[in-house]
Amino acid sequence: MPQDTLHTNNKAAAQNTYDAIVIGSGISGGWAAKELTEKGLKTLMLERGRPFEHVKDYVSASKNPWEFEHRGRATQEQKHKRPIISRPWAMYGTAANEPIMDYWANEEDCPYVEVKPFTWWRSYQMGGRSILWGRQSYRLSDFDFEANAKDGIAVDWPIRYKEIAPWYDYVEKFAGISGSRNGLQHLPDGNYLPPMDLNCVEKDVAARINSQFKNRHMIIGRTANLTAEIPNRTKCQFRNRCWEGCPFGGYFSTQSSTLPAAEKTGRLTVRPYSIVTKIIYDKDSKKAKGVEVLDAETNKTYEYYSKIVFVNASALNSAWVLMNSATDIWPEGLGSSSGELGHNVMDHHYMLGAQGVVEGYEDKYYYGRRANGFYITRFANLYGDKRNFLRGYGYQGGASRQGWSRDVAELSIGADFKEALTEPGGWTIGATGFGEILPYHENKISLDKNKKDKWGLPVLAMDAELKQNELEMRKDIVKELVAMFEAAGVKQITTWDDKNYAIGQGIHEMGTARMGKDPKTSVLNKWNQVWDAKNVFLTDGAFMTSAACQNPSLTYMAMTARAADYAVNELKKGTL
Amino acid sequence: MNRREALSTVALILGGTIVGANAFLEGCTPADKKTTPEAGGAITFSNDDIAYLDEIAETIIPATSTPGAKAAKVGTFMTVMVKDCYTDDDQKTFMNGMKQINEESKKKFNKTFMEADAKQRTELLTELDKQTRQSMANEKPGDPKPYFRLMKELTLLGYFTSEVGATQALRYVAVPGRYEGCIPYKKGDKAWATA
Repeated sequence: MPQDTLHTNNKAAAQNTYDAIVIGSGISGGWAAKELTEKGLKTLMLERGRPFEHVKDYVSASKNPWEFEHRGRATQEQKHKRPIISRPWAMYGTAANEPIMDYWANEEDCPYVEVKPFTWWRSYQMGGRSILWGRQSYRLSDFDFEANAKDGIAVDWPIRYKEIAPWYDYVEKFAGISGSRNGLQHLPDGNYLPPMDLNCVEKDVAARINSQFKNRHMIIGRTANLTAEIPNRTKCQFRNRCWEGCPFGGYFSTQSSTLPAAEKTGRLTVRPYSIVTKIIYDKDSKKAKGVEVLDAETNKTYEYYSKIVFVNASALNSAWVLMNSATDIWPEGLGSSSGELGHNVMDHHYMLGAQGVVEGYEDKYYYGRRANGFYITRFANLYGDKRNFLRGYGYQGGASRQGWSRDVAELSIGADFKEALTEPGGWTIGATGFGEILPYHENKISLDKNKKDKWGLPVLAMDAELKQNELEMRKDIVKELVAMFEAAGVKQITTWDDKNYAIGQGIHEMGTARMGKDPKTSVLNKWNQVWDAKNVFLTDGAFMTSAACQNPSLTYMAMTARAADYAVNELKKGTL
Repeated sequence: MNRREALSTVALILGGTIVGANAFLEGCTPADKKTTPEAGGAITFSNDDIAYLDEIAETIIPATSTPGAKAAKVGTFMTVMVKDCYTDDDQKTFMNGMKQINEESKKKFNKTFMEADAKQRTELLTELDKQTRQSMANEKPGDPKPYFRLMKELTLLGYFTSEVGATQALRYVAVPGRYEGCIPYKKGDKAWATA
């Protein structure tokens, strides 16, 4: 009977209706869920991958080294399942190793097209890359927010530091960032837990660099590892195995931090295995009605409805969701009216640096495994410094005593060799650069409709590359690090600049739905609202108008909290 | 410098993280070459092979005041790593190396490696290590790793990450609980097992 059908549909619709939907459960999605639920919104968080429970699912995290069959090395079988991240040069950071290989996305099910080389590090499970991230947490400054306007590059950021500063304060306090306050205008101080120590060698090298170079500062890294207790969390235990998931909750992740907060409100529903195929756009109200979800396990399609949608699927996938939405109105997707959706792909320079030997300090050692290092803050093109390229870079590194895997040239095998290796070797120091890549309209991602993933969905085609400014900067990054190391007395310096580096490998994808002041040249406004659908907010790396050179996740957290606050206020006012 | 060298003397850095300084010993990282997942099934090791590898490992890392490689079951470990983690090329190199050591031993002492005494074994492997160093000094990128390098790497990895290696030859603290950046060190203190 028609009436029954209508009744059932209404009931189903009511069951599938929330105040807010959050697409993605990583760093920014977790923050969106926390903020929206705490502000009273009944919220549905959609995660395309498997559930991944705090502590319980960190199956390797408490094993001793000898309990790993391959002692941490990825097997050929693991590599064959994930050939992209197993590329030899991609394995630089040992991010693809035995215990965590399955944390990364299944590459056979989820292919993409490399028009130009692009190593894409995806984690499709609850918490996303918040489990695997590097945890370095730096603020952007007005040098960054003003850079595009001053250089006449791309478009101006629609915000300035003072608008985001209180939100940095807010998220730092909750996430728990340890660091030192250094009074640097280009790297504003935050709301920090006590800093970790530099070790003896790092302290001396820092003092030499700081005294011999103007405006150069080597400081302890600012990291989302707890150096003091904060509510419901345990301090960092200095095991340096964060990426396996921390059984102590010693670093910020969705699971350790934002998810429990959101769940505590009683207003959060989490749905795993939920691939959002599109945002449902209503052309009469010019707003989103909800989202369409493909269940990754059953292949069934569902619709969920809400007053607002937060898009936090990670920079490239958030753009993918928009590109697949409202295509009857805009062939290139929701938010494409500016012609900038999917464009301006950015990342950070990586896979280049230098290392050397520090003589002496044989009577010094350290205790504990510090999941952090030093940071040399940006100096290029600041305070009157001028280079043959725009923008700047920083370095992250560490000094340590060599372990058993060092070569002992004079002792080849046998008892003396063994005994020598049971003691620590000499000190070495090394660092890698993280540099800013400019936004170029022609660096883009797009839908490749000829290639489909496991679920028959179109996949992304990556078409981005370094240009002259980037290549000049890479040379300078290596050159200046050598100069600083030399001045600090480091010996036997060797350098590397891996020619296989391509955008993506820094794992800091940004820019594919940039913010701006003008709907004609940007996808989002200053509140992270999609210009073309004001109840759709996008607050992951896609919003970045420029990349700066700081590790970006902290900025996503702050902007997410700010956007959620705005969204809830607007909802209350009835303007959304 | 090639990648192997770049990684071999400094802690790796990932997103600001210093990832295990010991993580670079490339028992399991790939050469830039084609491999097949099936390859692992194709090679097998007998108990005699394991005993033989145990003795090679024990010669490299003998029992002293602490247990040696044999006590850490390094022979078995090597076979697991060669089967599961090696590229086809490295597998071939390793298998040929096993034959080669025996042949060198027969040439030098008229005995198999297993028949040779500890002193002879040490003499032979010291010689092989020296040759390996010389050939690696002239190595070009993409050259195959010499077999003795593979065996030595697996021996060190297998031993120092084993329970006896980590807890007796080195100092292992599962949960340090704190970080102190500058503490005194006196000669004879053991190195930390993990970085």
